[in-house]
Amino acid sequence: MTMKDVSQTITMLPGDEIRQIMWRYADRFDMQMAVMGARSVARGLIARLVADGERNTHDWTDAKNRMYQAFDESGITAAGLDMAYGGIIDGPRNLALSLISYELAWVDGGAATTSLVNNLALGPIVEKGTPEQREKYMRACMPPAPGEDRKIWRGSFALTEPLPYVGVDTGVVSGRVSVAEWEEGKEPILQVEKRGRFITNMAVANFITAAVDTEDPRIKTSCMVILEESDEGVFDRGTPTHKLVHQLSNTADPIFSLKIPASRIVGGYTIKEGVIIPNLTHSEIIEAVFSRTRVGVGVMSAAKLLSAVEPLIRYQRGRFRGAAGIEAGSPRYDLGLQMKEDALHRLADVWATGEAAASLGFEISRVYDQLTLIEKEAHQIFEAQGVTGGRALMKALRKPQSDAIEMLRLMAQPEGARDEARIAELKADTLVQFVWLSAVGNVLCPACKLWDTGYGANMLREAVSLMGGYGITEDCPGFLFQKWTDAQLEATYEGPEVVQRRQISLTMNNEVFLAQIELWVAELRLLGAAKPETGATALAEGFELWRWMLAFIGDAKDANGRPLSQSQRHGVLFPMADAISWLLAVRSFIADVQELAARGPEHPVIGPEIAGYINTLTDLGHMQVARAAGEVGRIGAELVYGYAAPAEQAGEAGSAFQKLRAKMEGSLAGSRLAKDRVGKALSQVMIPEALDYPL
Amino acid sequence: MTNGFQIVVCGSLVPDPLQTLEPVTTPQGPGLKNETMLPSVLDPWSAHALFEAAHLAKQVAGSKVWLVSLGPKAKLQQLMMTVAQKVPFELVALDGSASGFTDAHGVAAALADAIGAIPGLDKSRLLVFGGCASASRDASVTMQLVGERLGICDQFVGVDEIHVQADGAFSVLERIEGGEYLASTCAGAPAVLAWATGNLPEPPNNPQIGMGNMRGVMPALQKAKPAAVGVGGIAYAKTEIPAQKRQTRIVKDASTDEIAREIVEWIRQ
Repeated sequence: MTMKDVSQTITMLPGDEIRQIMWRYADRFDMQMAVMGARSVARGLIARLVADGERNTHDWTDAKNRMYQAFDESGITAAGLDMAYGGIIDGPRNLALSLISYELAWVDGGAATTSLVNNLALGPIVEKGTPEQREKYMRACMPPAPGEDRKIWRGSFALTEPLPYVGVDTGVVSGRVSVAEWEEGKEPILQVEKRGRFITNMAVANFITAAVDTEDPRIKTSCMVILEESDEGVFDRGTPTHKLVHQLSNTADPIFSLKIPASRIVGGYTIKEGVIIPNLTHSEIIEAVFSRTRVGVGVMSAAKLLSAVEPLIRYQRGRFRGAAGIEAGSPRYDLGLQMKEDALHRLADVWATGEAAASLGFEISRVYDQLTLIEKEAHQIFEAQGVTGGRALMKALRKPQSDAIEMLRLMAQPEGARDEARIAELKADTLVQFVWLSAVGNVLCPACKLWDTGYGANMLREAVSLMGGYGITEDCPGFLFQKWTDAQLEATYEGPEVVQRRQISLTMNNEVFLAQIELWVAELRLLGAAKPETGATALAEGFELWRWMLAFIGDAKDANGRPLSQSQRHGVLFPMADAISWLLAVRSFIADVQELAARGPEHPVIGPEIAGYINTLTDLGHMQVARAAGEVGRIGAELVYGYAAPAEQAGEAGSAFQKLRAKMEGSLAGSRLAKDRVGKALSQVMIPEALDYPL
Repeated sequence: MTNGFQIVVCGSLVPDPLQTLEPVTTPQGPGLKNETMLPSVLDPWSAHALFEAAHLAKQVAGSKVWLVSLGPKAKLQQLMMTVAQKVPFELVALDGSASGFTDAHGVAAALADAIGAIPGLDKSRLLVFGGCASASRDASVTMQLVGERLGICDQFVGVDEIHVQADGAFSVLERIEGGEYLASTCAGAPAVLAWATGNLPEPPNNPQIGMGNMRGVMPALQKAKPAAVGVGGIAYAKTEIPAQKRQTRIVKDASTDEIAREIVEWIRQ
């Protein structure tokens, strides 16, 4: 193994050119402009609002309300709309919206949430609405052109409801819809009763997309309906939620008791034998639309971690300046706390977590962009084949699933020895692509939401602690205290951690996903052999250990004879979900660094400096691999030994586990030296004179 | 004024002023530490000129704005992601150094040649705008040199305001010493106006304008001609950033009266 003791390191923290390559939007000028638009709002108006103490109240003030106009003017609102309705992003928008979330959350997570809520409200209409509904509401949400005198509409999405004692269950909807009037030959008028809880945008919403169930025999199923503020009845915006976080979003518990025409059922309806049959149930819409919106929340936490690095460096270096006896030019003056290894190593941990979290978030965003294109084609194929309903769909997916597994296993074979023609054939199959991307997305998405926000919140606490007493004051540069506490909400809304773990515990068993892991392991082994400094071999061993653990719990029983793999055995399955999330995050990061290594050298601006970036980011990835491997080993040890009887050592399984764990941990050689180098780079990297937003 | 003005704005990138700007010596002459990696902004003085140009073009029907930019084209491309969203213009790109240490004569020659080569340029309608100075190094002569090379004698420096009359004549306010203005009247184009700050705020980003501009920006960058500008014959004996002098107190919750009283006392000293 060749490991250079002295190598070029980063000269400055990664800028736009580096990020555009890593996160794969270097050739998307529409996205680059959207990023710049969002950045100007975030580091201008939003930072000013936070600095002026607007977060000190949960009330929705005039000053906070100015954000909407800024979002409209800068293209943030339009980024969620189709091009035909004034949109600015051509094609799927998952990556673009994640990038906008990233920019806004760099300064404030609540503001980022405010920017996303309109898309959440429009989501059911855009994806599943009738042509008339799409036309009406997308046009209403278009920002007015300069000189145009039109009030823009804003929406809210009301799924969550107050249920007694147990909080909420999104599978159980207590909102009700019934037939209020139905004159012969006319459109039915519906009565909607809905109470919402923690509903964002309620201070300004002109329309609500609400989930409702029914007990009326004249309505067949649950559905989603569109409510408007001018509808007949009660449109009570409700009491503002007394949030201690995200005060730059407005949240309330509204009450609706409204009469609406049946044409407001999202996706339309048919009438059969005197019964209104909604074309889509509320859960069908939610499944189709909201499985993806969580990603932006994970990206928010990632942005906050990365935004903490520069203020921390500045604080650490300037810590002793101005003190008696600290002369300019002395090490204590120049480096301050960065003279100490601990300060540098802990900062490196914050940075590495932010990088891995961002890479994971943007990878799943790209997967969803691909999937958005593929799934429409896939659904057309199913429709042409007459495939309807869950069981028929599962049957229709069997062949593409087995083809996807074949493709992934072929791809895992060495180049030159594999059947390229067959791979190309399978790759060209829409349904193979569909099951492949779906399987990957179904794990990466909850993993992003779980790991980025959950572990991200822990590391934001670490970032605050690195500021010392300054960290808990309102003068702390970078608003780190607010970012830390906001992360707790990010870990909760759009599905708390338990929901994400539950989803992963199911989707991680998908054979297509497991074949994808085989492919990743093969790729990481190749990378590890060629570039041992990446830590890719240790990561491959981590994935292998995780796969072994999955197989182990599939067969094993505890000392009381109870199977470990029971679906409600959260003590087993949820740690497995945590473990795979650790591995996935750092794998995404390593993949991004490799993309930079491949495309960076030819870039005219960063080319001459690229070695330093690749070296430091590679080291950062390597130290994060060690951290992830440590978690997988710890979780594995608890599961393998923890359920055995006290006198036993888990028998053969214990030996097999020890062997694999030892192999993984033995591959960590150099990871701590990598951390030393990152620390050194952090003590030398040039940072701006001042933050580019107000304090 | 029947056909409107042809307003050509000269402006390029400078390192973001918030960055650490540390002079170093490179094989090509003086430069800044990590110069290629420093994030860039449109030179603030040129930016004022661009915003004023767009405002004027809006007021005078038939007018059009060009932005002539000399800088490394990859950096110009990045800059355009923001600048192109501000106001409508057509980009003319020149691929060369945007360093603050380049010789103003060489830069002016490249800019004048590029302006002269703009298809359909009508000198009788031409207003050449630019910054009266630069945030990267304040030689404050480039616009005058561009004007001379284009044979434009009516030149105004430190401009804060222009008022155009119906016949195309215009009046100009130029900054002079002591917070005073020199008011001038000009019979009409062609003229060179080197702007100070003007009176307009920075327009918010408008993605629709951005998308419109980008249709021309990318081809302009692709066909950007190399401009061989550099230090030229200048020998720099020493380069350094001005020493910081801070007399700042951070006081919270001071009343307006207190602040005003303190300022008056300071002025009286």
